[in-house]
Amino acid sequence: MAETLLAALVSLDGTGHYFHWHWIDISYANLTVIILMVVVFVVALFLPFPGRRNKKETR
Amino acid sequence: MSSTEIDRQWTTRLRHRLTRRLPPEKVLPDTQPAYVASWIYVFGVTTLSALGVVILSGFILALKGPQWWHVSGVGHFVNSLHLWSVEIFFFAMVIHLWSKYFMAAWRGGRSLTWVTGVVTFLVSIATAFTGYVSQTNFDSQWISTQAKDGINSTGVGSFFNVLNFGQMLMWHIVLLPLVAVLLTALHVVMVRAKGVVPPFEDKPSEEKLLREKEEAR
Repeated sequence: MAETLLAALVSLDGTGHYFHWHWIDISYANLTVIILMVVVFVVALFLPFPGRRNKKETR
Repeated sequence: MSSTEIDRQWTTRLRHRLTRRLPPEKVLPDTQPAYVASWIYVFGVTTLSALGVVILSGFILALKGPQWWHVSGVGHFVNSLHLWSVEIFFFAMVIHLWSKYFMAAWRGGRSLTWVTGVVTFLVSIATAFTGYVSQTNFDSQWISTQAKDGINSTGVGSFFNVLNFGQMLMWHIVLLPLVAVLLTALHVVMVRAKGVVPPFEDKPSEEKLLREKEEAR
């Protein structure tokens, strides 16, 4: 089931898919991971941390 | 043996030095500063946790061997566990690196903590690379034949031959993990010794400064 879903999303049967822009040449897989890292980084900066208290020290 | 002689022993001196720099309450602290309660501080420990899974799944792969991880269902599962824990390891480590870079985490005498982190990152890349060429499949053949020219052009190829499977496997499962784990341990000990780097202090706005001046009059 999961394999069918993934196969529908990205065709892994063949050569890789690449993003070309001027001198930039990167596979969509790597580009997706980099974008995800940036998104997680930004979310981690702004998402409130559960149980945060205004104390000098925390447990 | 007199007490002066005991004090001069290298074991006594080393013990005193270690307990002075790393008292038990610093090694295993009860609390952390309030600023650590932020999602941006979780990526170091995420990297460590992923490293634990990488090592554990690597142990199982080493015990069972290539035929098992290529053919059996459980073998495929542990092989995938090893790959995906590496993916999470690098994913978390890169975010950890970015966050520490923008925090200038080398402040307050933490330069060696930063340097050990950077070197661990580089050693981890080499460890992952030797893992990719040790898979014993077409992917590893392709990667090693593509990499050989690049490696050879640096002059390293004379003692680091990517086409030598046995050598690459030994680098992957003995030498590089040993260095990576030792450096990680050193990095964590340094974080404990110096504490987590505090965020930059807020620069007070001109409006706030004026208000404070008014209040002071």
